[in-house]
Amino acid sequence: MLRYTLKRLVSLAVSLAVASVVIFLAIEVLPGDPAAYMLGVNAQEDTLAALREQLGLNMSGWERYSSWILGLLQGDFGTSYTYRTPVADMIAERVKVSLPLAVYALVLSTVIAFPAGIYAASRRGRPGDVAIMGVTQLGVAIPNFWFAMLMVLVFSINLRWFSAGGFPGWDAGVLACLKALTLPAIALALPQASILARVMRSSLLDTLSEDFVRTARAKGLTRAQALRRHALRNALIPVLTIIGLQFSFLLAGAIIIENVFFLPGLGRLIFQSISSRDLVVVESVVMLLVFAVVVVNFAVEIAYALVDPRLRAGR
Amino acid sequence: MTYAFLARAGAASALALSASLALAAPRTDLTMGQQLEPPHLDPTSAAAGAIDAVTYANIFEGLTRFASDGSIIPGLAESWEISDDGLEYTFKLAEGVKFHDGTDFDAEDVKFSLDRARAEDSANAQKGLFEGITEVTVVDPQTVKVTLAAPNGSFLFNMAWGDAVIVAPESIETIKTNPVGTGAFRFENWVQGDSITLVKNPEYWGEPAKLEKVTFKFISDPTAAFAAVMAEDVQAFGAFPAPENLPQFDADPRFKVLVGSTEGETILAINNKLPPFDNVKVREAIAHAVNRQEVIDGAQFGYGTPIGTHFAPHHPDYVDLTGMSDHDPEKAKALLEEAGVSLPIQVKMTLPPPSYARRGGEIIAAALREIGIEPQIENVEWAQWLETTFRGKDFGLTIISHTEPMDIGIYANPDYYFQYDSAEFQGVMDQLNLETDEAKRSELLKQAQEIIAQDYVNAYLFQLPLLTVANAKIEGLWENAPTQAADMTGVYWTE
Repeated sequence: MLRYTLKRLVSLAVSLAVASVVIFLAIEVLPGDPAAYMLGVNAQEDTLAALREQLGLNMSGWERYSSWILGLLQGDFGTSYTYRTPVADMIAERVKVSLPLAVYALVLSTVIAFPAGIYAASRRGRPGDVAIMGVTQLGVAIPNFWFAMLMVLVFSINLRWFSAGGFPGWDAGVLACLKALTLPAIALALPQASILARVMRSSLLDTLSEDFVRTARAKGLTRAQALRRHALRNALIPVLTIIGLQFSFLLAGAIIIENVFFLPGLGRLIFQSISSRDLVVVESVVMLLVFAVVVVNFAVEIAYALVDPRLRAGR
Repeated sequence: MTYAFLARAGAASALALSASLALAAPRTDLTMGQQLEPPHLDPTSAAAGAIDAVTYANIFEGLTRFASDGSIIPGLAESWEISDDGLEYTFKLAEGVKFHDGTDFDAEDVKFSLDRARAEDSANAQKGLFEGITEVTVVDPQTVKVTLAAPNGSFLFNMAWGDAVIVAPESIETIKTNPVGTGAFRFENWVQGDSITLVKNPEYWGEPAKLEKVTFKFISDPTAAFAAVMAEDVQAFGAFPAPENLPQFDADPRFKVLVGSTEGETILAINNKLPPFDNVKVREAIAHAVNRQEVIDGAQFGYGTPIGTHFAPHHPDYVDLTGMSDHDPEKAKALLEEAGVSLPIQVKMTLPPPSYARRGGEIIAAALREIGIEPQIENVEWAQWLETTFRGKDFGLTIISHTEPMDIGIYANPDYYFQYDSAEFQGVMDQLNLETDEAKRSELLKQAQEIIAQDYVNAYLFQLPLLTVANAKIEGLWENAPTQAADMTGVYWTE
């Protein structure tokens, strides 16, 4: 087990190192000078030079890469070019929106998907199953930003139940924030719930056809009992894998929904920073997301090994 | 508008009005939507218009300032004297002015601000505004004297820019996150990515603000902006990004739509050094191939005033030269033939993100193909546009709105991205810079407009409009934008 963990740890470190180089190079080749962007069309050469000096843009690529990495290792994310505030603070502010939104959406999608998937599996081929499969098919197909705009039209513009977007900040109270995140969370949850419900259903159906379920039925359990007591647990593994994947997607991939609801989340921070060539912010946020994904994968791999003794033997 | 109303109303009705006002006090808070969030709040060290949109006149003030109609009115300087040779400006400063942190405003602050802007390591995006200044002298706490190297007819105009506001040495270190100015509003807080809140400055030295609280909310997506106004999350939206939705607001009694003008001359810029566009006949052909009205209708849904030269149509010195480049594809083809160029001409056309460029670019490209010019459209981001098109001059055609006020002087710089090099024009500009007589300045400005129109430097499209949507009960918003600003000092609710 120790050897397996060490191996995984080394691969984690290598992934991070490779990612840092790729991120840095990708951003280096982007055309566009941050100083010129900040000073606009009337900027004079000496002003540009002064600003480049202030921002440390005069250093060579290698110097900037190493100072970035050394900073990261010490927990220093650097200072944003355009906002001139520490990147760590900016990320912290944005995470306060993105993380609750991701959790909210994930909870919604799980709460919808589990009963729907289980119900569909238990009614395989019957009208209930067909209806749920139809609805989830639609849920996967509908673009979530379109669905979001539709909700804004109905619930914000016509019914006035919710504001059309924005985030009041946690100082305004938990309820106000949850309310502001409700429509975006529903918009994000819809396709995720649809995918999850379908995975749940097919995974359950697979399990239901396994030998141990047949044995349980032979013992005299009803189909529903066998499903609940024996099949469900075993069917959960692929579902949990999907939930893990969805969580990292929701954390970073909510960018379009963040735009529709003008929420100050991580996705929009990246988007804005790329267009303003705030390279330090882009690099650090992307690196953070890579880190989150790699760590989640690491945890999942360890968890697999805990569950499945065959993996511990060391591949 | 209150004054006009009160003047018309008789004494009795004025009494009745104040009685009814006492019953239901009007609202005193306002949430103003705008598309872009400022990167920080120091207008003296970045070009971002969003900074001025929040801070100009509200938080920071300069010696002079722009009124909504573009005229220059006194700001922190209540009056000034200009020496006969035009080299010395003596400003008399307003009395009893305090910064928001309680420190006094005096001549030392003016000297500090101007010296900081023109210093060697200055990061002022409009450093050119301060270039002619040789010395700033404190005469006494209420008087400051600015000495210029040469007479400059636009000096008072320059001092009205957001980049020339007066800042205090005591608070300069934290200006980017906690701006301290002398204006009628003080900075309250900033929820990054969402909104900035200003509150009324109770100790303001001039006419106090009527609103107690102003929140600027940042909504970049045009569809989201539409939804936010419709849901009344924001009560006004400055520079509304979706002109296609304006008729809907116009028809809704809850809202009003203000259509004003900006200083933005929107042009199809042509690389004057790139063959065959170095030939004036080819440029003239382009000008005639483009149908301005089609661009205004297609890209701007009809909002925008056609222009025939690089000058704002609302300016008193504007000359209407649109007739020199009316839509005439046959003439365009004839001109290309006359120029003896081989067709088709392949040319790179870069388009920055605003919809006037992206939508307008498609329309113009189609029109140019009619006469045998084949633009290769390349959509670019702003940072990329600045580096490759503007600084690198790697383009044939591009569409851009020049939003700086009174910027015809860019044509005197042969290194400017469209690379127009005319000794005649440069001569006129040199004279203009030295001329302080208004009548002669006007004459020179008209001459300058005509020269660039005759040389068909660029194809001039339209003046960018300022489209504002607001609750019907809000008065006092700027209708025009002589500079990028959302001056809230005179805004109020009627009920």
